[in-house]
Amino acid sequence: MSAHHDHNHDGDHGHNDHDDHFHISLKGYFTGFVLAVTLTVIPFWLVMGHVFTKSSTTGIVVLALAAVQVVVHMIYFLHMNDKVEGGWSMLSMIFTIMVVFIMFSGSLWVMYHLKHNMMPGIMETVPESIQQPGPSANNLP
Amino acid sequence: MSNDASSRYYVREHHPENGTLLGFWIYLMSDCLVFACLFAAYAVLGRNYAAGATGAEIFDLPLVAVNTSLLLISSITFGFAMLEMQKKNQRTTLIWLAITGLLGAGFISLELKEFIHLILEGNGPNRSGFLTSFFSLVGTHGLHVTFGIVWLVTLMTQLSKHGFTAANRRRMMCLSMFWHFLDVVWIGVFTFVYLMGVLP
Repeated sequence: MSAHHDHNHDGDHGHNDHDDHFHISLKGYFTGFVLAVTLTVIPFWLVMGHVFTKSSTTGIVVLALAAVQVVVHMIYFLHMNDKVEGGWSMLSMIFTIMVVFIMFSGSLWVMYHLKHNMMPGIMETVPESIQQPGPSANNLP
Repeated sequence: MSNDASSRYYVREHHPENGTLLGFWIYLMSDCLVFACLFAAYAVLGRNYAAGATGAEIFDLPLVAVNTSLLLISSITFGFAMLEMQKKNQRTTLIWLAITGLLGAGFISLELKEFIHLILEGNGPNRSGFLTSFFSLVGTHGLHVTFGIVWLVTLMTQLSKHGFTAANRRRMMCLSMFWHFLDVVWIGVFTFVYLMGVLP
């Protein structure tokens, strides 16, 4: 049985194994941090400062910045590249992104059409049973 | 070579000796799917206010900005702990881990404060589709951070007791991935829920 084990799993062998997995440096973390802060401050400024008049423009820009920030975090904080675990991490991530994309866009697509093809009249008014007593309730008899 | 019948199945080329990190990564990817479902639910229900409060009315963006910076800073302090672990400085590793935990606790307490405030104002998760999806998405993220802190405290105890053993280094790497992953999810939350939620 032990003939198959070329490596000794115990003891100090873990050092090489450990160094193979990630090469972290202070510089990498700082680069990532500066980029992440920049990519966080810009969307907050765009929204809180009402920079664009059209909210669709703000929405698209903010989403694009978030996508870039996710990539920055993946590279500098999660140390992701195509070599980690012999490429299996990257492969599982690509698979996940694909599933998430199909699930997310599919849900939105289906639910958007479901809402628009609803029988007219059903969703027009809020039934009184779920209306909360508000200022307008005083006007009612 | 050997009489062991299973020997033919052994792979000769090099493969990672320790599958834990890959396994943990796959767990994170499955967690990604959980969050993606919650994001999709928010995308569908996020504007169904049921004549109640809208995002623009109840979201306190300065508070969210503080929360975001707490989580972002905790990401880099965890990075410092990893760097100190590489240098085998147990004391400084523990100090950076403690700072990370405190930042995480600050994040959780601010989020709980926001939740309690919303519920007391009558904007609890049962008020509208928007608030249901909001509470389930942000609450699930907060729950992950809470368990991250529990794990962090456990790991600090193990580190101070046993030092940088191979098992503890492996656990540190897993927790590092978990912590950074939660920050990645938070990017989605503050962008998609808070920033886009206040847009008219």
